[in-house]
Amino acid sequence: MSNYQTHITDVLIIGAGLAGERAAIEASSHGLDSIILSLVPPRRSHSTAAQGGMQASLANCAMGKGDSTDIHFADTVKGSDWGCEQDVARLFCETVPIAVRQMAYWGVPWSRVVAGKKTLPNGQEIEDTKDKEGLITGRNFGGTAKWRTCYTADGTGHTMQYTIDSIVISLGITVHDRMEAISLIHDGEKCLGAVARCLRTGKLNVYIAKATVIATGGYGRLYDASTNAIICEGTGMALALDTGQVPLGNMEAVQFHPTGMVPVWILITEGARGDGGYLLDKNQHRFMPDYEPVKKDLASRDVVSRRMIEHFRKGFGVDSPYGPHMWLDIRHLGAKHIDTNLREIANICRNFAGIDPIKDLIPVRPTQHYSMGGVRINSEGFAYGLKGLFAVGEASCWDLHGFNRLGGNSLAETVVMGMIVGKKIAEYALGATLEYTSDVVEDAAKQQQERIDGLISGRHGREDVFQVRREMEETLMDYVGIFRTGPALQTAVDKLQVLHERAQHLGLRSSGVGANPEVTAALRLPGMIRLALCISYGALQRTESRGSHAREDFPKRDDANWLKRTLAYWPEGAVLPELKYEPVTITELPPGDRGYGESSASSKK
Amino acid sequence: MSNRTLTFSVFRYNPATPEIKPCMQSYQLKEAGGMTMFVALTKIREEQDPSLMFDFVCRASICGSCAMLINGKPRLACKTLTRDYGTKITLMPLPVFKLIGDLSVDTGTWFRRLSVKTRAWVHTKKEFDPTVLEERMDNATALEIYEPERCIECGCCIAGCATANIREDFLGAAGLNRVARFMVDPRDERSEQEYFEIVGSDEGVFGCYGLMACEDNCPTKLPLQYQLAFVRRKMAVAGLKR
Ligand SMILES: Cc1cc2nc3c(=O)[nH]c(=O)nc-3n(C[C@H](O)[C@H](O)[C@H](O)COP(=O)(O)OP(=O)(O)OC[C@H]3O[C@@H](n4cnc5c(N)ncnc54)[C@H](O)[C@@H]3O)c2cc1C
Ligand code: SF4
Ligand code: SF4
Ligand code: FES
Repeated sequence: MSNYQTHITDVLIIGAGLAGERAAIEASSHGLDSIILSLVPPRRSHSTAAQGGMQASLANCAMGKGDSTDIHFADTVKGSDWGCEQDVARLFCETVPIAVRQMAYWGVPWSRVVAGKKTLPNGQEIEDTKDKEGLITGRNFGGTAKWRTCYTADGTGHTMQYTIDSIVISLGITVHDRMEAISLIHDGEKCLGAVARCLRTGKLNVYIAKATVIATGGYGRLYDASTNAIICEGTGMALALDTGQVPLGNMEAVQFHPTGMVPVWILITEGARGDGGYLLDKNQHRFMPDYEPVKKDLASRDVVSRRMIEHFRKGFGVDSPYGPHMWLDIRHLGAKHIDTNLREIANICRNFAGIDPIKDLIPVRPTQHYSMGGVRINSEGFAYGLKGLFAVGEASCWDLHGFNRLGGNSLAETVVMGMIVGKKIAEYALGATLEYTSDVVEDAAKQQQERIDGLISGRHGREDVFQVRREMEETLMDYVGIFRTGPALQTAVDKLQVLHERAQHLGLRSSGVGANPEVTAALRLPGMIRLALCISYGALQRTESRGSHAREDFPKRDDANWLKRTLAYWPEGAVLPELKYEPVTITELPPGDRGYGESSASSKK
Repeated sequence: MSNRTLTFSVFRYNPATPEIKPCMQSYQLKEAGGMTMFVALTKIREEQDPSLMFDFVCRASICGSCAMLINGKPRLACKTLTRDYGTKITLMPLPVFKLIGDLSVDTGTWFRRLSVKTRAWVHTKKEFDPTVLEERMDNATALEIYEPERCIECGCCIAGCATANIREDFLGAAGLNRVARFMVDPRDERSEQEYFEIVGSDEGVFGCYGLMACEDNCPTKLPLQYQLAFVRRKMAVAGLKR
C-alpha cells in the first residue's frame, strides 16, 4: 500500500546550499524542470556561514598584481599535498574568474578596489592603482601566493547564498524545504530518485527523476567539536554509500581549524593571531614558540592544531566541563584595536561565551572544519557506480582539495561546480528518459516506512540515539583527530563497529509522532556511523602523512606507495567498508615540496 | 561558574496530535558556564524530552533559524545567554508565522513569499558576458548595498510589529528593508513607479506606524528606521508623480 506522495521531475537536487542552487539554475536555464530538497529554507544552509571569501585570480588589488590562473593552480595543488586531480584543478582555476563575475552580475555586492596608498599592519607600503578602481578586490588568505580572496565585508557566504537564491526564486524553481532525503532509489545500475521524509509532518514523499544530484554539504557534525552548522551531518554521502554501488573518496582527509571557541565551537578567524594574538596553556604560558620557534602561533592551520593537541597530551590543557582547551589571548592588542579591527570576534565572544576579549581570555580548541572527502565523481560530476547520479559541493569528491583544502577554495568550488557539473547534468537529463518499474519505487518507500515503524515500536531494541551518537562523536574526536596512530585508529574502528551494531537496535523514548526530532536523529545515525568508519578505516590503512592526515607512526609523505585516492564502498550487510584505490591524476605539477609544514625543507629553522 | 538551577517553561503543541491541547511544560536544568539557549534546549531534548521541537542551524546568529519569544521578546535563541535571565525563563514560538510544532515556526515559507511579492532580485535587461571584465562599482556603493543585505530573515522584526500581527499581507520591516537593498543597487534597472507598485500601499510603507519596535528587536542591528524612512521618502515622491 502506498502511503506517500509522489513527485516526478527531470532533475532532483538534494541540497539547497550554494552548490545545489547553482546547479539548479543551470538545469533550469536548459529548460528542465527541477525540484530542490533541503533540510532547512535555502537561505539557512551552511554556506551562509562562510565569512572569509572565495578565491579567484582577478589580479585587481595591489597585493594581487601579477596573479594568474597558473599561480592559483600551483597554490591549490601544493595545498592539497598533491592529492588533488590536476585536470580538475586546472578547469576550476580557469573558470573561477567567470563565476565570480557572474555572481557580480546577479547581485553580489563584492568589495571593490579603492585607489590610493595604504600601509599594511607589518609596515609595508602598497598602492592600489587608478586603472583598477571599482573592480572586484581581494584579501589575504593562508596558503596563497597572492591576495585573491574576493569578499563582501564579513559576510561572503551570506551574500552569495542570498543572491543565488534570488535567482532561483526569479526562475520559479520548486524548493521543498524541511524535506529530508533518507534513501536513494536505484535498480543497481541507475539512480531513479529518492525517498524523503517531511520534517513538517513526518510523512514520506517519493521523488522520481532522470537525474539526481547530491549537494548536501559536509559531515562536520560526526565530530564532537565542529565549526559546522548542526545540520552538517553528511547524510547525503551516507545515502550514496548505502547504495552499495557508489564509493566515497578520501574520507580520511578531514580539516581542523586551531581556534574554534569553547563550548559552542564557533570559528574564531585566523585574523586574531594574524594581528598579534597568541595561545596560552593552563599555566598561562605561551607554548607555541617552544614548538615552532620560527612561525610561532602563525604556523599553518594543521601545524598549530597538531601542536595544541600535543600540549594537551602532556597535561597542559585547561580543564572545563566541555573537555580541555587552550586560551587565545588578544588583550594586549587593546580596546581600540579589538573594537575596530576584530569587532566580529569581539561580538562573538560577548554573545556566545559572555566574555569580553579586552579583559578576558578566549577558550579555544582545534575544531573539525571541512570535509575534503565525499561522493566520488568524475571530472564531469558523474558519480562512480550508478548512472543518473551526480554530486556537487562539499558533499562531493571532485577532487579539487586532495588532502587539504585552501581557505576560499570551497565557496569558489560550489559555484564553479554548479556551473560546470550543472551543464553536464542538464545535457544528461535532456538525453535521458524516465524509465522505472513501480516495484523498485514501492520497495524503496516500504523499506523506509519499516525503518520508521521499527523505531516507533521499539522492536529492534532500546538503544538511545543520543547516547550512541555522543559516543560516536567522542570516538572520532579522541582517536581520529589531528594526530593519528595505528593503535588509536584501530581502537576507533573497533569502537565504531560496536556502535554500528548498537545503532541497529535503536528505540525511541518519545512517541515518534509527526515531525518528531528523535525519529529524525535515529534515521540518520546508522549512516553517520558508517561514514565514521570510512574515515577511521581509511585513515588506519593509509600508512603515510599527507596534508591533514598526520600519522605519528608514519610521519612522512610516501609518494611511492600512497600517491593514490581511497575509495570506500559499503556492500550490503558489511561491517566494514571495502577499500579500493585509484591513481591521482598528475598533469602539470609533479609531486614536490609544499614550501611549508613540518616536512618542508624551507620551513626548517 | 554558576550553581543555579533554571526552570524553563516551554510552549508545547504538536499539530500531528490535535487532540492534545496546547500547554506550557516545565523543565529544570543545571546552568553551565557560558550556557546559551541553544545549549540548554539541546540538553533538554537529549536528556529529558526527545520530542521537543525547535530549530537551530548555525548556532552563531548567522542563519536566522532560531528566533522565538524569550520572556515575551523576539530573540535569537542561539545568541541568548541564560545568565542574562533570572531562574525562570519562558519560551514561546514567534507569532505571525505558521506553527510547525512547539517552538518551531515556518519562517522560510513566509520569507520566500516575501521575495516573490517584492520581486527581490536584480532586474536587468543586460545579458551576462563571460568574456568581459565585471562592471565597475564604487566600493562605497557596494557597502551601501551590503548594509540592508545583512538581514538574516529571522522574523524578529515581524513578530514584534503591531501591523504585521493584524495584517497578514504586511511586508514588514524586513520586506521594506529588502526593497531598499534593490533600490540602492545601480544594477537593478527598476523605476520608482515599478517599486511603487510593490510597496506604495498599506501592505507596504503606508501600513507602518513608525513606532520602531522592529529596530529594537533586530538581532543584526540593521538601521531599520533609516531604511524605512528612505523607502517612504522615495515612495512619497513617486506617489506624487502618479
Ligand atoms: C565557519 C565556516 C566558515 C567558512 N568560511 C569559508 C570561507 O570563507 N571561504 C570558503 O571558501 N569556504 C568557507 N567555508 C566552507 C564553505 O562554507 C562550505 O564548504 C560550502 O559553503 C559548502 O556548500 P554546499 O553547497 O556544498 O553545502 P551547504 O551549504 O552545507 O548546503 C547543504 C544543503 O544540503 C541540504 N541537505 C543536507 N542533507 C540533506 C538531506 N538528507 N536531504 C535534503 N537536503 C539535505 C541542507 O539543507 C543544505 O541546504 C567555511 C565553513 C565554515 C564551517
Ligand atoms: S515601525 Fe513599522 S515596521 Fe517597524 S514595528 Fe512599527 S509598524 Fe512595524
Ligand atoms: S530586519 Fe532584522 S529582525 Fe527583521 S528579519 Fe531581518 S535580521 Fe531579522
Ligand atoms: S541558529 Fe542560526 S541564527 Fe540562531
